[in-house]
This record gives sequence, C-alpha cells and structure tokens, in this order.
Amino acid sequence: MLSGCSAGLRLLVPRCCVLLSRSVSSGSPGRAAAVDGVLSAFRSICGDDGVSLGEAVREQHGKDESFHRCRPPDVVVFPRCVEEVSALAKLCHRHQLPIIPFGTGTGLEGGVGAVKGGVCFSLRNMDQILDLHPEDFDVTVEPGVTRKALNSYLRETGLWFPVDPGADASLCGMAATSASGTNAVRYGTMRENVMNLEVVLADGSIIHTAGKNRRPRKTAAGYNLTNLFVGSEGTLGLITKTTLRLYGVPEEMVSAVCSFSSVQAAVDSTVQILQAGVPIARIEFLDEVMIDACNRFSSLSYPVSPTLFLEFHGSERSLEEQVNTTEGITQSNGGSDFQWARDVETRNRLWKARHDAWYAAQAMRPGCKAYATDVCVPLSRLPQIIVETKEDLIESRLTGHIVGHVGDGNFHCLMVMDPSDQDELHRVHLFTERLARRALAMDGTCTGEHGVGLGKRSLLCEEVGPSAIQVMQSLKDAIDPKNLMNPGKILV
Amino acid sequence: MSGRVLVGVKRVIDYAVKIRVKPDNSGVVTDGVKHSMNPFCEIAVEEAVKLKEKKLIKEVVAVSCGPQQSQETIRTALAMGADRGIHVEVAGKDYETLGPLQVSKIMAALAKKEDAQLLILGKQAIDDDCNQTGQMTAALLDWPQGTFASEVSLDGDKVKVVREIDGGLETIKISTPAVLTADLRLNTPRYATLPNIMKAKKKKIANVKPADLGVDLTSRLEVLKVEEPPQREAGVKVETVEDLVGKLKETGRI
Repeated sequence: MLSGCSAGLRLLVPRCCVLLSRSVSSGSPGRAAAVDGVLSAFRSICGDDGVSLGEAVREQHGKDESFHRCRPPDVVVFPRCVEEVSALAKLCHRHQLPIIPFGTGTGLEGGVGAVKGGVCFSLRNMDQILDLHPEDFDVTVEPGVTRKALNSYLRETGLWFPVDPGADASLCGMAATSASGTNAVRYGTMRENVMNLEVVLADGSIIHTAGKNRRPRKTAAGYNLTNLFVGSEGTLGLITKTTLRLYGVPEEMVSAVCSFSSVQAAVDSTVQILQAGVPIARIEFLDEVMIDACNRFSSLSYPVSPTLFLEFHGSERSLEEQVNTTEGITQSNGGSDFQWARDVETRNRLWKARHDAWYAAQAMRPGCKAYATDVCVPLSRLPQIIVETKEDLIESRLTGHIVGHVGDGNFHCLMVMDPSDQDELHRVHLFTERLARRALAMDGTCTGEHGVGLGKRSLLCEEVGPSAIQVMQSLKDAIDPKNLMNPGKILV
Repeated sequence: MSGRVLVGVKRVIDYAVKIRVKPDNSGVVTDGVKHSMNPFCEIAVEEAVKLKEKKLIKEVVAVSCGPQQSQETIRTALAMGADRGIHVEVAGKDYETLGPLQVSKIMAALAKKEDAQLLILGKQAIDDDCNQTGQMTAALLDWPQGTFASEVSLDGDKVKVVREIDGGLETIKISTPAVLTADLRLNTPRYATLPNIMKAKKKKIANVKPADLGVDLTSRLEVLKVEEPPQREAGVKVETVEDLVGKLKETGRI
C-alpha cells in the first residue's frame, strides 16, 4: 500500500465497506467507467476508508454555503499526506478525471461544485500545524487546519492570524479564494499574508511556490508563483501547505459605534479617519435597513440610520489617541450617539448588531434564503454606488440589507429571497449583475472577497478585458493543459 | 490580610490534540504532543489577575507541580499578569504517579508558607477530570471552599461565590482565607500578548522540592490499564421489521 505518512495519523473517516461493490452512477457513462476502473487503485493509495461513493458523502462535497445547487462528484477521496494527494492526482491525470479540491465547504460562489463530475479531494485529514517560528512570525499549515484552530494553537505565543472571513474556513481554502475579512483594512487579505505554498499540480507534480521551507519576509526571486495560486480557486492545483504571516495579538481593543444622517457622512468619516493615519482595525458600515433588522433581531435600540462600527487595536495610550481622533472626525461629519467600550462584554454587546447581521437579515423573512453580493470600488465612489444600489433595490422590489467593509470600499448586499419564487430569483440575479456592472463602471471589481467561482465568469471577462483573460487562459493551459483542475470555474 | 492570591496551574495535553493510547496500554502518548495550560487554570489565573487590576488584592503567585516544562506553563500565567511563580519540581516516576492528593498536600503547604488570602484553582484538569484537588486542599487546610465558581466578589474579609450546581446557581458567602475553584463561565481568559510575554521573562520563578515542604509523594493509586473507547461499528441495514426485532434479540438488546 502506497503510504508516505505514519500510520498514527489515520483518523476516522466515513466507512464504506458496504459500498465497496457499488459502482458509480453518473451522467457520463464514459466517465463512470473510468472512475470505476480507478477505484481499487484509489483504495490502495488512501485505504478503503479513504474512498467514498456514498451518496450523502458525495452530496456533502458537491456544495458550499452559496445558493448554487449541489453538483456532487463521482467519488470523494480523503488523502492523508501530500504523497497520497500526488499519487491520486497522477491517477486522475492518466484517466482524464476532473479533480476538485475541498477544504471546509464554506465558500460562497459555488467553487466546489463538480460540474463535470470527477474526483473530489477532501483534504480535511491533513490537519497538522507545522513549523511554527514565533520569532519570525510565520507558521505553515495543512489544508485541514481552520483559522480558529490555528489561533487556538497560537494562543500562548502572543501571535495570531488575523484574516477573518467570518466562517471557520480552511486556511489553504482561504488562500485558494484569496479570502479577506473585516480587519483587512489593517492586516490585509490572504494575498498579503501568504508567504509560500506547497501545491500539487494536475499531473501529480509537487511544487513549492517560493521554494521548499523558504520563508523570508520579502523576496525578489523570479515570478510570483505564490500569488498566482492565491485566488486560483482550485483551477491550477491543489494547495497542500500554506506558510502564513502572523501578527502580534493586540494589547488592548476598543470598540465604538456611531450613527450618521447619510451614507455620504459615514463614508466621508471613513476616508478622513484613514487620512488621519489612525491604524483602525475594523470599520464596518451598516445601512438603516440593516440596523432596523438588527434592532428587531437582537432587541437593540440603535438609531435607525447609517451606522459605523469601529474597532481599534493597540496599547492603552495609543487607543486613547485613536479614539479621540476618530470621535473628533465623526463629530465634524455630523455623527451622533458615539459610544465606545473597552471590556470584552460591552464590546461584544456593541458589536452584536454587526455579528448577527446575517441572521438578522434572514429573520426579516422567515423561510427565505439569503445571498450576499460582493463588490468593491475605490473609496470615493462608495457613497454613489450604495445610494444607486439602494434605489435599485426599491425599484426591483427586493429585500436587501447593506453591510460594508468601508475601509476597503467593499460592501455586501444581503439579499433575502423566497427560493420558490422564480420571478424573485430572476430579479435578484439581474440585480446582482447590474450591481457588478455598476461597480465595474466605477473602476472597481465584481468580487472583493468571495471569488469568481461559478457565477461571475462572464463578469470577470468584462472586468479584466479580453487581453488579460487571454493571458489567464494561457496560464491555465500551460499549468493544466487537460483542464482537470476544478473545471468550469473562474474561466469560461 | 496579606492580599496574596495563589493560583495553581497545570500543564496538560492541549485540548485540541487527538489523544492516542500507548501500544502497551500503560497510558497515553505524551512525547512530542502539544501541551498547554489546563483551560480551567487559565480561567483561575484570569480571575486572580482581574482581582489585582481592581486593586482588591496585591499579588498573584502562579504555582505548578511537574517537570522542567511546567515552567512554560508558569510563564504563560506570568504573561497573563501573575507577579511571580513557584515551580515545585516533580519528575520521572514521581510525576507519572502525581495525583490530586499529593498536589493538595503541596498546595496546602505553600498556601500556609505564602500566607495566602485565597487559593484559586481550576475546577478540574482536562486530562484526569478528577475535580478533587481544590476540595482536598481546603480540607487539609481546614479552609472554606467555593467550588464551581461562576462569579466571585470580595467583600471585606468574606467572599461571595455564585456556584454552578445541578439545580441552577447557588450563592454562598465564605470567610477568607478560602479555596475557590473556577468553572467555565467565571470569565473569558485574556490572550498573552507579545509585550507581556517579554515582560514575563523577567519575572521570578522560585524552585521548590516537595521534600522541602515536607510532602510525601508516594501514590496510593496504581494505574492498571488505559484503553481507547470501543471503535464505532458500521450500522447494518435490514429489510423488515421482523429482521430488526430478530437482530435486536440476537445481540441481546431486547
């Protein structure tokens, strides 16, 4: 049995002894036959327990947290180490089987749907945290490690990994989707914080994008392969290790809330706060529709108007200065009800509205599904795009709540819709396209954080233009000539 | 009142680690496995540091019994705000058989020696789940005990403790000196920050041997065997209700 990793790392995976004799039933008979043929080879690599044909398991691995319908793979494999990933990939390559990497399934753009069937590589059993170097502020993790698991591991070192997309996502998955979060304004996104990747390509070759074990804080060596794979959404290779940049845990934190009479006033404050050099950690915008939903859901009583939620990190003295400067700026923009808090309990209470936003939005129409749009524009265009978007929502008779990472010019429209109302779904779809095009017209992007996945491929073409798309396609053709890596995503 | 609070901190296998039993069934694998401060001890340290920040007590002393590596656990407590540490050296065979009774004797001796006003411990350790050390120590000292504390408030020379019990919450008032054990909801422990970790390196950790405290480490317990729980078996599907009843009878379930 091919095994490059120690026996002790085996974990319980779904048992499928009863199903060993079952063969694959799927849309394409040719592909079904191909998958059947390799099943025993798969089992000899990752063990009987490491290969699953179970319908429930395949369905679980064919969808994420988006509204895109489930597209199950033909088989799910659970490799335990990079050598197994490589061997499995080689087999898929030889038999022309699509390869879909799977981390935690918490994506928002349908990235794990197996549109052409194939083999889903669930990487959750590779869950080691390797090579922590506290003095160098770096750590390397395998795909089964989530960001909360890493931060728990680091809790006695005084270090943390701050990128926080909300979900407890796989860090390698976050690298694959170039994830971001509420504190990107201070700590950056995955693009700025991934130092090196170990990647298995479609033909099974294993590469280290910055060289094996290398972790200098900066480099000028060769093409930037690391950032080529960051955001590639599984279409160029399987990420089996990522080396991450760590930061010191904030000494103290202060949270604040402030209401404004208009979106413009809130955004103006944001721009001025950044211009004043305040190293603000989080600055979130909620529109009055969102605040109203939050008030109802969490029994709060915020003024129902555009609101900023702020968070400051630093030493006690620096916080005092940051908060004073910020309060002055918000006041000069007509901000009111400025509240701030230091201790954990009150801070959590102040931010509760923001934390519960997703659920509060859904609670406005029980039984409905929620979907978040995700565009990003230069800061100066934010008021205009938010105002126009809100007008569009009213005209289209849609329920939408605006939540924005205003420090980055990125905002989400949390739409709530009745999944059985085809007309409403259609209107939501059209609205989303208009919104993306509105952002593109303002020098922005159709996706600030969530990725292209299945739904934004044509928007990507509009965004970067035909010449750049051609280059992207050339890269894809060069690295994955058989188009086995997560087909149907990013590029049309 | 001395204004001194002793906090016991135990080095245990980290809660996120998947435990493996040694092949000879004599115990669990600890070599090369991540260890950290017992989560309930973290809560105990946090409570003590909070009391000091409120200026209700003057000094927090972190105590740990174990081998060299226990000093790392004390350093974490110092980084969270404890003022100094005491490392009671217990290594080798003695450490393997170290249990609540011996630790209680050590804690009792130290509490007297340091003239402690309060001794705060975690309610239990996540490796042995004994939930005994706090109670035994109080008995040895003949001190009152406020165990499973979810709220603590100092009131002159008395302590008001809200305890988590099966029926709900019980509020008691006890005199000091006293032993408290921390339950989950007492507080949310702070993270150690880098500047505090650096400051902690300069704080003192005293070395003490159990013999110096007149404590006999002989264990009255012998571990015979450690086993994993039985592996979960695959289910079996049956066609009819009769088959189901038959199978249940077969396996002696009914």
